[in-house]
Order: sequence, then C-alpha cells, then structure tokens
Amino acid sequence: MSRLTPPLPRSDANKRPWFLQLFYEEKTRAIIYQILVTGALILLGWYLVSNTLDNLARQNIATGYGFLSLEASFGISESMIAYSPADTYGRALMVGILNTIKVSIVGILLATLIGTLVGIARLSPNWLLRQFSGAYINTFRNVPLLLQLFFWYALINTSLPKPRQALNPFGDTFITNRGIYTAIPEYHVAYWWMLAAALLGMLGWWLLRRWAIRRQQATGQPFHHGIAGFCLTLLAVIAAYLLAGAPSAMDAPVLQGFNFKGGWNISTEFTALLLGLTIYTSTYIAEIVRSGIESVPKGQWEASNALGLRPGQILREIILPQALRVIIPPLTNQFLNLTKNSSLAVAVGYPDLVSISNTTMNQTGQAIEAIAIFMTIYLSLSLGISLFMNWYNNRMALVER
Amino acid sequence: MKALKTLVGGALVAATFSGAAVAGPTVDAVKAKGFVQCGVNTSLPGFSAPDSQGQWEGLDVDLCRSIAAAVLGDASKTKFTPLTAAQRFTALQSGEIDVLTRNTTWTLTRDTKLGLNFAGVNYYDGQGFMVAKNMGIKSATELSGATVCVEPGTTTELNLADYFRANNMEFEPVVIEDANEAIQAFFAGRCDVYTTDASGLASYRQTSAPNPDDYVILPEIISKEPLGPAVRHGDDEWLDIVAWSLTASLEAEEKGITSANVDSLKASSDPGVQRLLGVTAGMGEALGLDEAWAYNIIKQVGNYGESYERNVTKKLGLDRGINALWNKGGLMYPNPIR
Repeated sequence: MSRLTPPLPRSDANKRPWFLQLFYEEKTRAIIYQILVTGALILLGWYLVSNTLDNLARQNIATGYGFLSLEASFGISESMIAYSPADTYGRALMVGILNTIKVSIVGILLATLIGTLVGIARLSPNWLLRQFSGAYINTFRNVPLLLQLFFWYALINTSLPKPRQALNPFGDTFITNRGIYTAIPEYHVAYWWMLAAALLGMLGWWLLRRWAIRRQQATGQPFHHGIAGFCLTLLAVIAAYLLAGAPSAMDAPVLQGFNFKGGWNISTEFTALLLGLTIYTSTYIAEIVRSGIESVPKGQWEASNALGLRPGQILREIILPQALRVIIPPLTNQFLNLTKNSSLAVAVGYPDLVSISNTTMNQTGQAIEAIAIFMTIYLSLSLGISLFMNWYNNRMALVER
Repeated sequence: MKALKTLVGGALVAATFSGAAVAGPTVDAVKAKGFVQCGVNTSLPGFSAPDSQGQWEGLDVDLCRSIAAAVLGDASKTKFTPLTAAQRFTALQSGEIDVLTRNTTWTLTRDTKLGLNFAGVNYYDGQGFMVAKNMGIKSATELSGATVCVEPGTTTELNLADYFRANNMEFEPVVIEDANEAIQAFFAGRCDVYTTDASGLASYRQTSAPNPDDYVILPEIISKEPLGPAVRHGDDEWLDIVAWSLTASLEAEEKGITSANVDSLKASSDPGVQRLLGVTAGMGEALGLDEAWAYNIIKQVGNYGESYERNVTKKLGLDRGINALWNKGGLMYPNPIR
C-alpha cells in the first residue's frame, strides 16, 4: 500500500451498531467463542444422555443402581471376603474389586523386583547374563499379553496333574492343575504378637539406621545397620513366638472327594494371570531401569571407582539413587498399565472386577451402570497409584541447595 | 466462523431430530442395508458353527437364514456376529445385531428388565452335567465339592448355584468367558464337571472331546431351557416377522412341505398350504412382506424338521425328543397361519 493513499474514512466503523462493534473487539470475541464451544459441548452431552435415556425407555430397560442390593445368585471361585450366591450384586462387585487390587499389588511388587534385576543384568559385564536378559526382554515384550495369558493358563492346565495324582515336592505341599496347596499354621494369638514384635523391630531398625548415618557423617565410621537391624527384628519376632507359647499346630491340605481342602492355596487362574502380568510388565520395567542406569554420566562410575568403592556399593549408593529420578515417572506408567491390564483376567477365568461386572450386567441388563462402576474404580485405582508415585517422585527429586 | 456455525447448527438439528433419527423400525433398516445381522454362538456345532469352508451352519443359523428369506427373499443375505454369552444382550440392545439367534433361554428377567422380546422357541432344552467317565460318578447328587466349569452370564451359571444350594452341596465355579477356552479347560482336567444345556454338552462331547467315549452326561436335567430368538423390545413389526418365520418352518413340517416338494405343492388343494405358500394372498401382506415369504423359507432353507435332521440329528446324534411336533408327542406347536 502506498503511503500516499489517504487513510480509509473511519466513519464506517463508527456507523456499526454497538453490538457489532463489541464483536469486533478481540477480547469479547474470545469470550463469545468460548461460550459457543462450551454450549456446543453441553448440547452434545445433553444429546447423548437424552438419546440414551430415550432408547433405554423405548426398550423398557430400567436404569439406576437398585440392582446392587438384589441377590446375585451366581458363584465366585475365589474371594478375599466371605461370599456365597445368596449375597448381593454389590458384594459380588466388592469381591471383584478386591481381587483386582490383590493381583495388581502382588504383580507390581514382583514385576518391579524382576524388572530391576533383569534391567541390571542387561548391563552386566557377564556376556551370558547380558544376552539372556536381552532375550527375556525381547521375547516377552513383543508377544501380546493376552496370548501369554492363554499360554500360561494352558501350560498349567495341561502339564500339571489332577488332584488325585498331585505332585508332592515336600511336606504338605501339593501341586495340581487346580492350584498349589500348602499347609499354614493354624490361627493362634502368638502370630499377632509376632506381628507386633516385627513392627517394633523395624522401628528399632529405623532408629539404628538414623544413628548409623549420623555417626558416619560425623566420624566417617560406617556401621552395618542392615545386618544389625535385621538380626534385631528377627530376634524380636522369635522371642515373641517363644514367649507366646510356641504354637506348632498346622492346617494341612487334605484330599477330600474332588479337591484338596484346608491349608492355603493359590488358584491356577490367579497364577496364570500373575505370571502373565508380572513377566510382561517386568520386561518394560527392565528397559526403564536399564535406561535409567545408563542416563547416569559415566564419570560417576569412574569417580566412585577412583574412591575405591565396591561395584555393588557403587550401584546401590551412587548410581541407583540418581537413576531413580529418571526411572520413577515411566515406572509409574507401568504400574498403571499392569493394574489396567489385569482386566484381561476374564480370559483365564480369574474373577476380577471386569469379569464380575460383565456377569452382573449380563444378568441384570444394567450395562451402562455396571460400566460406569468399573470405569470409576479403574479411574480411582489409577489416580491413587499416580498420586502415590508422584509423592515418591517428589521425595526422590533432585534437591537443589 | 462458517465451521463454527455449521457445528452449532448441526448440534441443534441433531438435538431436535434425535427422536426421529433412531426410531426407524428394524425391518426398514434390514431392507435398506440388504441383509439381516444375526448374533450367533461363537462355536456350538449343530446350532451355530462355521464349517470347513467358513460358512456358518446349524439350527440357529438356519433360523437366521429363514428370516432373511422371508424379509429379503434370499436366505444368503445374512451376516453373522459370533457372540459370547456375556456379550450377546448388549449387542442386541445397542443395535449391533438385528436378531439374536444364539441358544438363549427365555426368562422373565430377560423378557422384562433386559429390554428384550422373545419370538418363540426353536429348541426345548434343559441343563445337564458332563464328567469324565473314569471318575465313576453316576448321578449329579454325588457332585458335592466338585469344581465346575461354566460360561459366565448364562442361566446355566445361575441354575448351577441354585441346584447346589437347594441340595446343600458345595462347588467351586471356574468361569471362562469364551466357551472354547472353557471346554478346553474342562478336557484338560481343570474342572471335574462341565455344565451347560444338554444339547451343548452333546455338541462339545461329540465335536471337541479328545475321545467322546471318555465322557458321560449325567442323567439329571436340572432346569428348563426354552431356547429361542430374541429381538429388541419396542419393535412389534420385527418381532412378528421373526416369530412367524419360525412358525412358518414348523407349519411347513406339519403340512409335509419340504424344500424338495414345495414347488409341486403350490398346486395343492389344501387351503392351509395355499395360504402358507402365498397362493392365496394375505399372510405376507399382513406381515408387510412379499406373499412368497414362507415359500422362500421352505424352498431355500427347508422346514424345521429338515433343518433339525441336517444339523442336530446328523451332527450330534440327538433325536427329536420333546422337540418333535405336537402331533408326534413333542412340544413344537405352530400357531395357526391364517
């Protein structure tokens, strides 16, 4: 545009009515757009909800959560709380929630343990160990979890004997394709005392550790608080056991009719699911641990070596604490994945939340309600895990002084 | 700005016409898309299972083909959605399938609270138990303490719990959603007992067992399982079509009309046959279908007896029993087509 052109007469803009003028102002326009978008979202939501309700009403499907107090009348094979078919759908769902939590917690602990070991082994100077852990990671990470579950379940079912031909490796332990049965001590008040002693011992251990650290910082003298604390705790537990009367009665599994009765058992379904979840997730955790360790600058190894620290000590005291900062955020993701993947339980007949919700929605027809329930539960579990891990991450984060 | 206008306008229009957009009866939708979408069992030989060429076959599959023959004039215009017991009702409620022809028991809860309507019974069944022969069990009353494999989301699962409760016996259920996985777990010895409808037991024993003679079906039948096609509640026109398609194939058997002789019987002087085959007009029109609706079923799929013979008797060795026609001592009683 040439500078010589006279400026456009502004009278045009002034002639616009006030509301249009307002519209051409950037700030108000932004607000108007936001109102429109929000309105469209509300309309869409309203459309979906009303459409669903219309359809449900036309098909004569009742809505609401009243069904939770009706009798479930189906059986559940394993439960952490007392359950019988005479209980309600609400209680059946509770059984499912607890079973999901159980397999998730045990799975997370085992997967972290195995994953850390394999991840460290992946960097081992030992060629065989390195190759072996590499093969483990590449195999189990690249086969879909569902197939692995089928594999473990079929393997257990077909390779282990039926109860009457149960393997009996030692004592009162029996291995069958129904699960593993083993003897446990019968209930006695002594076990509560032992638990109390263990907690007390661990408190002592913690105090000892604090003292040892302070002493080392002050004088440079190390103190083996690990061994000392462990012995202290063990002694306390043994003392409690002896003082409370040293009970020795055992509840042993006995073959009765079709199955073993009594004792303690792990079902085939739980084992298959746990194996699948643990092994699958541990491969990802191993890679996270490996990359975490590799992220620590090489100079840290060299410096600690120069100080004369032993390899185990270097890993424990120097490398892992630094690696943890890289490891924790993706590790949180794996914990969430494991918890959510436990919903594949339905494939191997483990009565988890999804399995029981599916049955419930099928028997009652309350599909939307049942799905809403299990979405809420998974959401809460996931948020819970990530809250905890974020808290832990903040604790471990680099403290800048 | 234009996009925004369209978006808001679209939402408003959608909201205004939401009722009309989904209210079209199933039959219109079927005619428009040109095929009937049926929900069938994932694999239950004799009732619904793919053959070696991947073609679905079985008694339930034939029923689906009959509906296609009646509505579209061509029994091959069908598509099948294999469904597990736990998936089937949601698939029907949500409109994924037009009709559920998957050995489903007609119960009060399903008829009312699940928003279904049952269009008749195409197989009268009852729940039984199968065990390995070498366990030496002769009766279901000896099953206390047993581990039982069962499909989740079935009446079978509920009857099982009821039966053991009523008889003060204990059991441990193993519920695996996929029927194939569940039956394999049983044959691997994970469970002492497999329970489902007696026809299903016969089917699995005959077609999946490593050696059928190693397994016995116990004499007790612990429930009534009237199995029939189900449709969504609230579409009477479609319900009528499904119900009368089933009736037509039963009526054809009663009148002795088969796929082989249906053409020659068009000349029959029996007014009942004339009405059924559309020689006398009226029945097809009443259903909103072509007058040749029943003729197409019989010509292309055959009558109920032919379908039963082809699928159930030949494959599973089950005789007609209570599934015979009413005048031959059975329960199959086609309502009058007039």
